Amino acid sequence: MFNYTFHWNQAMRSLPRMLDGALVTLEVALLSMALGLAFALLLMLMRMSGYRALTALAATWVEVARNTPALFQIYMAHFGLGSFGIHLSPYAALLAGITFNNAGYLAENFRGALKAIPETQTRAARSLGMTQLQAFRMIVAPQMLRVAFLPMTNQMVWAILMTSLGVTVGMNMDLAGVTQELNARSFRTFEFFAMAAVIFYLITKAVTLAARLIAWRLFRY
Amino acid sequence: MFQTAMTFNDLMFLLKGAGLTLAVTGVSVAAGTVMGIVFGVIRVQIGPWWAIPLTFLLDIFRSVPLLIQLVLANAFQAIAQFGWPPFTTSCVVLSLYTAAYCTEIVRGGIDAVPVTTRRAARSLGLSWVQDMRYIVAPLATRVSLPAWIGLTLGVMKDSALVLWLGLNELLKSSQILITRLQEPLFILIVCGLIYFLMSFPIARFGGYLERRWSPHD
Repeated sequence: MFNYTFHWNQAMRSLPRMLDGALVTLEVALLSMALGLAFALLLMLMRMSGYRALTALAATWVEVARNTPALFQIYMAHFGLGSFGIHLSPYAALLAGITFNNAGYLAENFRGALKAIPETQTRAARSLGMTQLQAFRMIVAPQMLRVAFLPMTNQMVWAILMTSLGVTVGMNMDLAGVTQELNARSFRTFEFFAMAAVIFYLITKAVTLAARLIAWRLFRY
Repeated sequence: MFQTAMTFNDLMFLLKGAGLTLAVTGVSVAAGTVMGIVFGVIRVQIGPWWAIPLTFLLDIFRSVPLLIQLVLANAFQAIAQFGWPPFTTSCVVLSLYTAAYCTEIVRGGIDAVPVTTRRAARSLGLSWVQDMRYIVAPLATRVSLPAWIGLTLGVMKDSALVLWLGLNELLKSSQILITRLQEPLFILIVCGLIYFLMSFPIARFGGYLERRWSPHD
């Protein structure tokens, strides 16, 4: 049918290396998600703080993260920061770029989730004698998490998919990077990238499934 | 105070890249939306069980990184000797990518139309096509349009990845300028600004529509 011989054996032999790369991919995604969550909470607090400068800074972060390509953000971390004398390794640039992106999207999710909880609940909790912090921690936060959990899992999947962009700034440890390196050596592009696609598919499905299990465990009434 | 070697022609070069970004986005979103509507209607019509193969197929496009899809498609078209230029390959991949998301949006929109409304339409003597055309389409559009705008902007941003196939779109143009002028920060900021200006107003408009058309107020 095609004037081309598929060499799947060669790709299969490289499977262990690609799986090692998949671990790095997962590591970057998880790290960026954890850092992104922390920054998103910070952004949310900055927006609620009432200081104009802080609010503006947070709003700018969110809008830039949401309105420019993730690849652009990674380029900015890799090439742009060099002008300030900060030279990030591909790994750090990738992590910084995805974290920036994650934080922006997650902050917006949290804002939406926060809006979904009626303010009357906070007032009711306060009138029951809870402090502001208690009301947030015991009344608002658990409900917020319930609303924000699904968008968070989506963002996690996005983070995994975004790690593949690292290869454009010379990352060679993650799944996409390892695949590209193997490809550059053997020119078996289709075979290697098909394997990478399958691995990516399995990872995202595993993460989605795990998230569903966690949601089921956490949020059942 | 701020000096740059970037000239007006260089800015034009960037804008030409932005034009290519918009061209890829336009073609892909148009084709992807048509496919998405067809797949979405089919998916609702035959029910979730029979649609499993279609859902599975479309889910692949959402679970594999776009970069890898592009590389795979490019390798495949070379193997199959289609002789597609990178622009065609990019548009085909991005169209399928758009279709995968659009199907879900369309399905959500159709599902949001109350069954009772549709039954009422049918019992008034409207055919299936008329029901779809006059009852479901307007109501579903209301629900789906904000999400669709979000998808369009997402595809616009994701289209930056076609630089891997050697298309000189906006981000690639900025890379070429950086190599020539050695001013990474300034050029990237200009490039980001162009992306921002293309995306932000439409995103705001989408947000406005979402609030304006929200069924709860």
